Amino acid sequence: MTDKLLDVRGLKVDFLTAHGLFTAVKGVDFSIGRGEVLGLAGESGSGKSTIALALMRLHRPPAIISEGSITLDGEDVLAMSPERLRKWRWSSVSMVFQSAMNSLNPVLTIFEQFRDVIVRHTGVSTAEARARASELLALIGIPQSRLDDYPHQLSGGMRQRVVLAIALALEPKLIIMDEPTTALDVVVQREILQEIVELKRKFGFSILFITHDLALMGQFADRIAIMLEGKLVEVAPSAELIANPQHDYTRRLWSSMPLLTRD
Amino acid sequence: MQQIVSELLRIEGATKIFHMKPMLGAAHEVVALNNISLSIRPGKALAVVGESGSGKSTLGRAVARLFQLSSGSISFKGRDIAGMRSRADKLDYLRSVQMVFQDPFSALNPAHTIRHHLERPLMLHRKLRGTDLGKAVEEVCADVELDPKVTLEKYPHELSGGQRQRVNLARALAVGAELIIADEPTSMLDVSIRRSVLDLMRRMKETRSITFLYITHDIATAQFIADDIAIMYAGQVVEWGPPNLVISNPQHPYTKLLLSAVPDPKVKLDGTGARSFASEAQAVRALARKVVNTIEEVQPGHFVRRIEA
Ligand SMILES: Nc1ncnc2c1ncn2[C@@H]1O[C@H](COP(=O)(O)OP(=O)(O)OP(=O)(O)O)[C@@H](O)[C@H]1O
Ligand SMILES: Nc1ncnc2c1ncn2[C@@H]1O[C@H](COP(=O)(O)OP(=O)(O)OP(=O)(O)O)[C@@H](O)[C@H]1O
Ligand SMILES: [Mg+2]
Ligand SMILES: [Mg+2]
Repeated sequence: MTDKLLDVRGLKVDFLTAHGLFTAVKGVDFSIGRGEVLGLAGESGSGKSTIALALMRLHRPPAIISEGSITLDGEDVLAMSPERLRKWRWSSVSMVFQSAMNSLNPVLTIFEQFRDVIVRHTGVSTAEARARASELLALIGIPQSRLDDYPHQLSGGMRQRVVLAIALALEPKLIIMDEPTTALDVVVQREILQEIVELKRKFGFSILFITHDLALMGQFADRIAIMLEGKLVEVAPSAELIANPQHDYTRRLWSSMPLLTRD
Repeated sequence: MQQIVSELLRIEGATKIFHMKPMLGAAHEVVALNNISLSIRPGKALAVVGESGSGKSTLGRAVARLFQLSSGSISFKGRDIAGMRSRADKLDYLRSVQMVFQDPFSALNPAHTIRHHLERPLMLHRKLRGTDLGKAVEEVCADVELDPKVTLEKYPHELSGGQRQRVNLARALAVGAELIIADEPTSMLDVSIRRSVLDLMRRMKETRSITFLYITHDIATAQFIADDIAIMYAGQVVEWGPPNLVISNPQHPYTKLLLSAVPDPKVKLDGTGARSFASEAQAVRALARKVVNTIEEVQPGHFVRRIEA
């Protein structure tokens, strides 16, 4: 692909633990094109979330990026100043965290969580932020009467949708989604993913999509990367990876899924 | 006098209304459970599947006696759980009914080893001490296929999600649970691990006669483990019965919609049909929100709330 948005080369992430150095990500290379959805699947503990956090430079000690480069839209992410990072996060790249439903601040209402992100980055008035928040809630199918509710008053799936809407708020170029729909029923999941496909077409952002749900991955991703113990073992266009998996581990993953039988 | 009942759990007309008084905006009510009646026989699994926000977790929490119903009743072995007032009765119920949650970490105390997590209930509920205690700990580990040698001295954060969920199930066994309410127990786990936790639950059911209330979004896993399935929408159970009957012959529009949305890896979501799917979903939701009291038995054991066209 010539028009790359994100390019990652030789990325290595280490954890300094009590038992010594543990390399969670062992030198991975991948890129994501403009408007492309790259799926990332793999064993629990293989380093998917670690990659996601490193891309946004949200990794925290004991994690360190010890080698490699990350380039987003021509900009060297690892060289950014703290100031640049603050502005860049959420407006250029945003993230829906794993167990996002628990990542909302319990003492703020839903509107206040939107306001924090929208006002901080755009400086619009509270009234404008409220209008924008209502619009985003409508997009994810939550009545705007719930805007002043606290997170614990919403079901798990509703909270998850709120987090997705916040990630979309500033129309970033790349959205990292770490298990974004695990807490949702399949109908809402389908609606949201189709909505995202549409928004993506309109705004042209790219997505790094992490999930354990391989069937969903096949539906949503353009290409799929399979991770095992800190390395990418297979990267291929979705249809190819499903029809003709090359790596043993990929084959094992596919065969362990309980599938719905309809008769 | 002990009444003979064929059901371990019976939910009868259960209704729960939350009253919300936000600081801004008008006070409103959320009817989280609307006249729900379901039952589970001992050693069987009932799966509750449905729209996010339809009241599945609220139902689980009501059974766990975490709050009082607005109306209706829940009885366990023929006794109304709201009527259990003595300390001994309540403790006995809390022992018999255990919850396992989606996030395998949330129920474990990060400051204690796995051994501590398993020993405490065995000491408390079965009054075990010394070598008997040690043996019982090893037994529950074996039951959930955790290697005691490598697991017991570890802390929760040193285990993988699947291992943590096994610890949660082991703990339910240790207290002597008869009914386990499992609220999305595998949705945060790997596909490969997910399968092994499901196998484990099925085995607990089949060999130990543990009864399950299994709450999930994943209808394929419901089919894998459950003897009955209940489809929920907006606080109502709209269709219920044996999984194969419901899945092969869905009657309610919401059940049909749900089945049509199960991801098929071979069908790419390209945005085409997005509008028609969304508007179909909206139409079905509007229909399904209506309170319907006409119940029809489609096939023996397979019921639907029949919406008049
Ligand atoms: N704070 C930490 N200290 C030490 N090791 C850590 C820390 N956080 C993560 N790790 C280790 O790094 C590895 C990669 O973890 P990561 O969370 O990226 O996995 P993952 O692929 O996202 O797994 P999952 O599918 O379960 O979310 C794991 O072996 C994990 O134990
Ligand atoms: N403590 C509460 N206060 C107010 N409303 C609540 C409370 N708990 C739940 N609700 C509301 O009750 C409804 C049902 O919530 P519940 O958590 O049972 O849904 P669910 O079916 O488990 O959804 P999910 O699949 O998303 O977990 C939702 O509208 C929710 O907002
Ligand atoms: Mg992760
Ligand atoms: Mg729930």
